Amino acid sequence: MPERFREDLCEPDRKELAEGPAYRFELDRRDWISSIGAGLLVSAAGKVVFSPGGASAQVRPSQRLHLGEDGSITVLTGKVEFGQGSRTEILQAAAEELRVSPDALQVVLADTAETPNDGSTAGSRTTPSTIPVVRRASAAARELLVRTAAEAWNLDASELRVEAGAVVGAGNRLSYADLARSKGPESTVDDNVPRGVPLTEVPDWTVLGQTLPKVGARAIVTGAHRYPCDIVRPNMLYGAVLRPPSYGAQLESVDLAPGQELGAVAVRDGEFVGCAAKTSYEARKALESISETARWRTVAHPPSEGLGTYLKRHAQPSAGGRRGARRREHGDVDGALAAAQTVESSYEIPYVQHAPLEPRAAVAEWDEGRLTVWTGTQRPFGVREQLAEAFRLSADQARVVVPDTGGGFGGKHTGEVAVEAARLARAAGRPVSLRWTREEEFAWAYFRPAAAFEVRAGLSEEKIVAWDFTAYNPGTAAIETPYAVPNVRTQYFPCDSPLREGSYRGIGATGNNYAREVFMDELAGVAGLDPLEFRLANLDDGRLSAVLRAAADRFAWSASKSSGRNRGSGIAAGFEKGSYIAICAQVRVEGGSVEVERLVSAFDCGTILNPGNLRAQIEGCVIQGLGAALTEEIRFAGGKLLNGSFAQYPLPRFRSTPPMETVLLNRPDIPSAGAGETPIIAVAPALANAVFAATGQRMRSLPLRASAA
Amino acid sequence: MARFTVQVNGNRLAVESPPDRPLLDVLREDFGLTGTKYGCGEGQCRACTVLVDGQPTASCLTPISSVDGTSVTTIEGLASGDQLTALQQAFIDMDGAQCGYCTAGMIVEATALLKRNRKPSRSEIVDAMNPHLCRCCGYRNILASVELAARRWEASDA
Ligand code: FES
Ligand code: FES
Repeated sequence: MPERFREDLCEPDRKELAEGPAYRFELDRRDWISSIGAGLLVSAAGKVVFSPGGASAQVRPSQRLHLGEDGSITVLTGKVEFGQGSRTEILQAAAEELRVSPDALQVVLADTAETPNDGSTAGSRTTPSTIPVVRRASAAARELLVRTAAEAWNLDASELRVEAGAVVGAGNRLSYADLARSKGPESTVDDNVPRGVPLTEVPDWTVLGQTLPKVGARAIVTGAHRYPCDIVRPNMLYGAVLRPPSYGAQLESVDLAPGQELGAVAVRDGEFVGCAAKTSYEARKALESISETARWRTVAHPPSEGLGTYLKRHAQPSAGGRRGARRREHGDVDGALAAAQTVESSYEIPYVQHAPLEPRAAVAEWDEGRLTVWTGTQRPFGVREQLAEAFRLSADQARVVVPDTGGGFGGKHTGEVAVEAARLARAAGRPVSLRWTREEEFAWAYFRPAAAFEVRAGLSEEKIVAWDFTAYNPGTAAIETPYAVPNVRTQYFPCDSPLREGSYRGIGATGNNYAREVFMDELAGVAGLDPLEFRLANLDDGRLSAVLRAAADRFAWSASKSSGRNRGSGIAAGFEKGSYIAICAQVRVEGGSVEVERLVSAFDCGTILNPGNLRAQIEGCVIQGLGAALTEEIRFAGGKLLNGSFAQYPLPRFRSTPPMETVLLNRPDIPSAGAGETPIIAVAPALANAVFAATGQRMRSLPLRASAA
Repeated sequence: MARFTVQVNGNRLAVESPPDRPLLDVLREDFGLTGTKYGCGEGQCRACTVLVDGQPTASCLTPISSVDGTSVTTIEGLASGDQLTALQQAFIDMDGAQCGYCTAGMIVEATALLKRNRKPSRSEIVDAMNPHLCRCCGYRNILASVELAARRWEASDA
């Protein structure tokens, strides 16, 4: 069976957020600046020094690796650490190829003034793209060390070994620090870096392929790590920003005086209104007093009720370009449908919110026209551009630093909080820290797109002979069926979305795979086959079949049929971004609620780089998926969210975590793909199919709403 | 404005503050103790948990006036010097943090739990920890961390 890497199924999703700047500032208007007096910032016990981390003094942009004369070794990448484990895996990759202990290394991430631009941290690209780049640079440095030593000692390079950070041979020893010293301070060796040095083969790995304790864990468990919202700068103020009362509302007038009277800096620039004060409490109070004076022109806004119909009515079939409508067809779909037994169905999914536990946060500081912003974004270089555009700066006048951040899940691609903090800092003439409230994070971040689906298929005994899949608005990730079907038509229409939407874990794949995998169960029913057998009969993708079999074996799928009343098992699988997931789940439907009694995942992402981190990513992703399957749904009406808080938008908790098993299929013969997104795509369909097994009710929309028989 | 005095991690600290200002803000902005996190401000995530006279408390909902004269312990106050507590070490060993933003609240809560119940069952741990959100959904490793700390504690007692 073919085991190809389906590049054709891996295009960037059309729903990745791309929009203009959040604000158009006037900037030439005079800011009203109130004097809050110098030295009022209370800092009783707070001796806070921010260190950008690492041996950064000698590091220059675009360098990948820095060998210090003092023996320090620093790896630099533009990727960010949001909990997915990139820092640890990058460290492992460098340590492996340099032949040094991981403790001897430092990793500097995501600082536009120091690190190379490795693009956004998204689409599970760190593992397949950045890890190999780090390995190649590290292998080149190792080879340079060997060649330098061979030359100096007049020995053949093949007689030399590198271990514990030094090359040894014939009684000699040359370390990376010696190499750095021999090259003189701050030299770059780009020109004579050896090219094409072979990477360490998987069977020879000693650091990669192992579970390593998370880098930085000690700082986390002691509270010492500084997340974006924890950065403190001398003389810093805290900010608060005025939000419209409803989506689309325009500010007609506002009076800043009440806020200024409370001693805050208050600024209006076009649609932007904000305050800064010496505590966030005072900033909020000042903002509230200003907010009472604001007049808004509101606009009509559709409700979440009937959203699927709304999306279909507002489809944009003629939208072109990379983000536009798309149609792919091969074979004769209409002919094959006409000749076959046809089945059709339709599905819907709502908007959901990422709700990272750390809301958007930024600290902005101006220094003689140069701007530095510490913020939690998955796109540091993109946010630098947003800042440069908003404040008419050149790229080298703006610097974005991303401290390891409290979660993102695709929800922090944008830089609005960075722009807002910078605007306040400019008005105040002092650094400003701005952290969105949870309410703001719910309402004014962006959402996983809502979507609707129409699916038709033609069956000939146990084979699918025609497949006609139309998706309204989910995005295009995993839109093509991985099953072997001779006649396939896939259509995608972006829709005029009532809410701001963008990336998410798996983004379009969550909806596309949910609709497809529930429909596969419906087809299996019509074909009179077991859902697992039906899938296997229509697959020629060996890796997808393998995860299905592995999950089914561990779950004891064939034995699970004899579930009692209101109890049932479901299966679903999927492929996305180079990795494969299958999930079997058993549920019990009690009253109106679905309890997951047991869940088994099987996952294949090629060569495993760090099994402990991989397992944690899969489990976290699956549990996050339980929320999107069972409880999460953004509701809105009149331009306002109806459930924009943790109290009203229930998320998975300890009690909702079912007994779980995770089967890792290691494929050392296949390059590693990312793993943080794909597992989520099989959760909702597996549960929907389990609910059908339990109750006979088809779950054609999310979140699942079942009622016990 | 009024003056409040709190014993924080063993140090007597004073602050001039409006009485209804949340303890969370005072810890973070006045005392420089940023290890305690804001997640919601409404008592739903417990990222802001500290011990007030030994009791786990949501500092986002606690006005500074209500803790005047009390003793408050934050995540920064658990380790003694370089010596981590059993729980902190267990969170490292069992990979109990993904992004780690919920971790301070989790560790502070579990510290109180293990203090009142040396050998909690899994369901007792779940009951105590359930108010805490981990949006990375690392619940399994967090449970494993608490269980490991309890086991080690028991072993060291024996
Ligand atoms: S911040 Fe206090 S409970 Fe969420
Ligand atoms: S580790 Fe990210 S919220 Fe718990």
